[in-house]
Amino acid sequence: MEQILVYFFTYKEAIFIIALSIFLGIEVISNVPSVLHTPLMSGANAISGVIIIGGIILVGHADSTKISLELILGFFAVIFGTLNVVGGFAVTDRMLEMFKKKKK
Amino acid sequence: MEQIIGNINGIDFTLGETILELSYLISALLFVVGLKLLSHPETARRGNFYAGGGMILAMITTLLLHKDTEGNGIALANVWIILSAIIIGSVVGLIVARRVKMTAMPQLVSLFNASGGAASALVALLEFPNADMTNLGSVLVTILGLIIGSVAFSGSMIAYGKLDGKVKDIFSGVMTYVNLILLIAVVAISVFIMISGQTPEQLNWAIYLLLGVSLLYGIMFVMPIGGADMPVVISLLNSFTGIAAAMAGFIYNNQAMILGGILVGAAGTILTLLMCKAMNRSLMNVIIGAFGGESASGTGTEGGIMKEINLSDASILLSYSKSVVIVPGYGLAVAQAQHVCHELEELLSGKGVSVRFAIHPVAGRMPGHMNVLLAEADVPYNQLVEMDNINPDMPNTDVVMVIGANDVVNPAALNDPGSPIAGMPIINAHLAKNIIVMKRGRGKGYAGIENELFFGEKTRLLFGNAKDSLQNLVNEIKSL
Repeated sequence: MEQILVYFFTYKEAIFIIALSIFLGIEVISNVPSVLHTPLMSGANAISGVIIIGGIILVGHADSTKISLELILGFFAVIFGTLNVVGGFAVTDRMLEMFKKKKK
Repeated sequence: MEQIIGNINGIDFTLGETILELSYLISALLFVVGLKLLSHPETARRGNFYAGGGMILAMITTLLLHKDTEGNGIALANVWIILSAIIIGSVVGLIVARRVKMTAMPQLVSLFNASGGAASALVALLEFPNADMTNLGSVLVTILGLIIGSVAFSGSMIAYGKLDGKVKDIFSGVMTYVNLILLIAVVAISVFIMISGQTPEQLNWAIYLLLGVSLLYGIMFVMPIGGADMPVVISLLNSFTGIAAAMAGFIYNNQAMILGGILVGAAGTILTLLMCKAMNRSLMNVIIGAFGGESASGTGTEGGIMKEINLSDASILLSYSKSVVIVPGYGLAVAQAQHVCHELEELLSGKGVSVRFAIHPVAGRMPGHMNVLLAEADVPYNQLVEMDNINPDMPNTDVVMVIGANDVVNPAALNDPGSPIAGMPIINAHLAKNIIVMKRGRGKGYAGIENELFFGEKTRLLFGNAKDSLQNLVNEIKSL
């Protein structure tokens, strides 16, 4: 119990952010028209690629003088993260471009 | 950048650190604003651009300015390694995103989601050895990141396989129990890791076991879920990836990751619930897969007669109508008939017929699937009408054309309380004056229930592949 309280206090800012982001996430996408369900999902999917930051930090501070499991798997983590980010935003843009051009 | 510009609680902070945190704040704001703009048709593209900009900003500043706890920045050799990984990921991502056919969009979204899940699971796995085992909270977020990331990865891969037709639906009652056992195993291993009091090195086997069991759970969890429930599953897995990223954000105490991840997690959850509501089923019900488990209880209409219509009658009926409503379903996507469908719509509009498309929220295999498909074929989006707005017009509609849709127009949902889809809101096609149904064969829909609409007095069927039937219909109308 005490450990939970200690943890809460240590990370109180982060926990506040979580609590508020949940409401923000709900609020921001409420009343979204069904036309946009797919691009919204795909755009949100790209944002979840924010894990790339974790990948960069991980590989950034890994020992690069010798090849280790950490370095190899970390390398793949960065590739996967980038794939999620770049692919996600690119495909969302492609979809939205389609929606756009018929509003002549 | 190394210049010390201030001091909090006895700890100096540098200009570089300050700029990094400031950039995270800007990124986080760009994510929020981007997502908000994405939910309006006028601003959606700009929103996507903002969110992408936020991501690039965070990536660049992290690469340049991030320092570990000892104050060491990222070494040049590591920068090159990271950059090469980013270049590989970007090139592959861009090629795939540009090349893939629009009809393969649900698969692609699953694939990108799987790669995000994999990245989260890998980061958590590799950070585990650095975890402070006395700090249960930090061990917990690492474990959660690993579990959720793995489930999102393997689950999305199976979803991809199913959407691509590579993996078949497998359902048996045993799977519910297997899944329960796997879930218990996941919890048990997690609890063991947290309370064993051993070092991360000693627990190496346990963390890999946890990875394995989580991956297996992801596979088993998506495996029995049927095709028509895919919109729910895809958006659920999407929200998992966000939560996994947020857990990793906790490991690094990185606010941009936490906010971005949770934002996606919350938005994905809402979308999931929206999809469930559109089917009048609970999330639990979808996951357990009640359609497969229950015996279908279609009543009354079985043994009725399906009345066919030939092409010339159909073309005359359509050409001399005042208003036509097209109800597209997954069959339209499978047959890739969206372009010829648009051709038909233009042809009829040219003859002064009002043509609209009625879109059911869960038609297809992902949220908004029909919208994307028809947008690709250049159907103006003001002709796509949501279910609730088109239903009042149904009694005044001359012809409803159902193309590759089934359960979303099944009146049993309204008037047969014993039906597995009872209570699901439907498009009231049965109220229209005439109904033409395009079907590949006489089989039942995904839910395995008879559709009394197909046997109705006003209904005529046009059998065959939707694309061929539509093409023939277009030719026939042109020759009138």
